[in-house]
Amino acid sequence: MTIPRIPKVSIDLLVNNEMRNVVVRPSDTLLRVLREVLGLTGAKPGCENGDCGSCTVLIDGWPMKSCIMLAVEAVNQQITTIEGLKDTPIQNAFLEQWAFQCGYCTPGFIMNCHALVNIHPDANDKVIQEWLESNICRCTGYEEIEAAVKSVLSKQRSDGRYSH
Amino acid sequence: MIPFDFEYYKATSIPEAIYLFQNLFLQGRNPLYYGGGTEIITLARTNRIYTEAVIDIKGIPECNVFAHHDHKLLVGSAVTLTRVSEERLFPLLSRTCSEAADQTARNKITVGGNICGRIIFREAVLSFLLADSDILIAGPSGINKKPIHEIFKQRMRLQRGEFVVQVHTDTDYTKLPFIAVKKRRIGSVGYPVVTIAAMKKEQLVRVAFSGVCAFPFRSHQIETILNDRLTPLETRIERAVRHLPAPLLSNTDASAEYRAFVLKNTLLDVLTALEEV
Repeated sequence: MTIPRIPKVSIDLLVNNEMRNVVVRPSDTLLRVLREVLGLTGAKPGCENGDCGSCTVLIDGWPMKSCIMLAVEAVNQQITTIEGLKDTPIQNAFLEQWAFQCGYCTPGFIMNCHALVNIHPDANDKVIQEWLESNICRCTGYEEIEAAVKSVLSKQRSDGRYSH
Repeated sequence: MIPFDFEYYKATSIPEAIYLFQNLFLQGRNPLYYGGGTEIITLARTNRIYTEAVIDIKGIPECNVFAHHDHKLLVGSAVTLTRVSEERLFPLLSRTCSEAADQTARNKITVGGNICGRIIFREAVLSFLLADSDILIAGPSGINKKPIHEIFKQRMRLQRGEFVVQVHTDTDYTKLPFIAVKKRRIGSVGYPVVTIAAMKKEQLVRVAFSGVCAFPFRSHQIETILNDRLTPLETRIERAVRHLPAPLLSNTDASAEYRAFVLKNTLLDVLTALEEV
């Protein structure tokens, strides 16, 4: 039986708790669809090779580099972009700790750090370093970013609650 | 952006994946099985790979198994490196997987993708080489289990239409003493200058390498030399390095000469530690 060619497909993506119908090429990366179809430009194209982390979004709460994921793979999964975070502890901590400079890598860092404090509320220095190594910043020295993560972890522990 | 179009099919069973592959192949669409997809996307973006259809195997239940069963550890090919690292059912495998790529990338990279990929380092395979694992392969001729030493020779030798479903490892091997060391040029993310994974079974040391030559390998000849305890350790290492299966890799991370230096020192550390176990 001949399998028909399907140049474009219509898919439903759950982005920031909102169901969005999009028509995409199956070879479109999630990054491209978020930015160019949905207009969510918070996830940044950097290396587009899975190295720099500036395009990081959350898939079912886990950080994922959207440049190395096809949009069609994200069907039936919960996608969270930087636009979906509002007044979260990690965003406030980035401001308080001056954990950014030019800002280009910041959305990716925030998504990664948000997942880190949720998934590993007991993260030690080794775990924090391991997670931060997924993202590249060429302005700051990472210390302020690490301080932001630690301030959220510390506050969560003292409050006895975690942010989900 | 990927500069060409392809179709995407998500298989939910092994027969469906094989059926799709055969039909798409007969239609000249050069199909590829798709696991984590990180390598396919990065190669496609730069036109180093071409396909008109990918068949995602992440929806196949057998490819997502990660558990002990009947005295075997079953690792599905779609299991992510993060899951392997965190669940620690095979501590050596967890260790080598936790050193591949970076934390976020490991959420996407799968065991099957790592061992079948084009990337020359493929560190997930080292543990399976040491543990004499078996590879469960599905293809047009059915589902077959083959010893890893038969199917992995410098790279996975799969026939057209075949894909890896699972890797089976005797549970005993997952409990043996081990060491895994990855030496990079700089930092703690990136490709290795030398990676050595080693385990000790019945007083004999098994050693597998990545980053040393242009492919990962385990050499019985090298192990025989390294286990000759009547010879001083440094002499054994000098002899072993003369029996590498291919020239030492020389690239921007390290020249062949520097690699040899790092290899000898790392072997010394690994063997000293394991011989004391």
